[in-house]
Amino acid sequence: MDRLLHVTTGVSILLLAIILVSLRRAHIRAEYSVTWLAASVAMLVLSLWHGLLDAVRSLLGLPDSPLALFLLGAAGLLVLAFRSSVVISHLRDNNIALAQRVAILEHRLRDLEKHEG
Amino acid sequence: MIRANGPGALLVIVPAFNEEGAIGQVVRSVKEAMPGVPVLVIDDCSNDSTVGLAAAAGGEILPLPHHLGLGGCLQAGYKLAYEMGYEYVIRVDGDGQHDPRDIPRLLDRLRQTGCEMVIGCRTSGNGAWRTGWVRALGIWFFRLVLRPILGKPVRDPTSGFVGVNRRALDVFSRSFPLEYPEIEALVVLQRRRFRFEEIPCRMRPRLAGRSTLTARKSLYYMVHVLLGVFVNVLKYERRRPSPAPAVKSQGDDKRGDKEV
Repeated sequence: MDRLLHVTTGVSILLLAIILVSLRRAHIRAEYSVTWLAASVAMLVLSLWHGLLDAVRSLLGLPDSPLALFLLGAAGLLVLAFRSSVVISHLRDNNIALAQRVAILEHRLRDLEKHEG
Repeated sequence: MIRANGPGALLVIVPAFNEEGAIGQVVRSVKEAMPGVPVLVIDDCSNDSTVGLAAAAGGEILPLPHHLGLGGCLQAGYKLAYEMGYEYVIRVDGDGQHDPRDIPRLLDRLRQTGCEMVIGCRTSGNGAWRTGWVRALGIWFFRLVLRPILGKPVRDPTSGFVGVNRRALDVFSRSFPLEYPEIEALVVLQRRRFRFEEIPCRMRPRLAGRSTLTARKSLYYMVHVLLGVFVNVLKYERRRPSPAPAVKSQGDDKRGDKEV
């Protein structure tokens, strides 16, 4: 189990580093990085603090601590995936409205130019 | 120019995506049937010569910057029509299946009854319109589903030959289904307690191209539309002020009377 927790510690640190570098390079906006940061910090804390992980395991009624960590990670990913779908839906709606507005304005602009010419 | 030329003005819109085989003939036949009525071809980023042929036939073109699908394409036309002050808009498909000689009958019904939408119903016309069994089954299924939701029977809920008045334009310019919009649009109107009527219309074979609805896609269509219908039934829509139109129409004074 210890080796597995070492691996999750390493993965958490790597994830944190990737998020921070992405933030610094503006590859991800700050508001969308908060959930990822929270998830990776939670995973790091649980990997290092065996007592807390054991308490979570017994709270969930699970036989193994790594299983508890895995289930928490999976739940976090589901939340993140759903949040991404919500954001994509908003972006798609906005994109369609924007494309329609551009088309209408271009049409009206062409008409104005035609009348002026 | 496509600006409305007075109260009661009509605009014919033609959504088009790669319709080079038919679009010129469609625009010409609409202009023959309705002289003086502007025809707006909304080009959904065709990669053939649809735009050039439609323009050569005398159509006004509204080119979209990227492909939006039928619903987004139609809504762009409705938005422009609303902003330009049109009182009535009639949609004709770009594949030549709708007979423009029926447009005056749709317009008369809109004017006489004051209903918000008139559907050119393909099932009871004089034309010999035939469809495959999968599509016929789908239409029958949606008739059953829509009957209790709309509170009245609808014969041809998938028809794209549709006329709307300014009150419906106001709603559609703000809220319109993006994919397979015909059936969901009926539910959108019903949510505002708007009325629709059907009149029998002639249906012609396609001048060119094939339907994008294959048998396999029909199943996706049914699931998608069914979901969309129930989402619209359950939808909570906040009251929002509609965008100010560029050209004011007489019908604007009544706008929003039936909002729920």
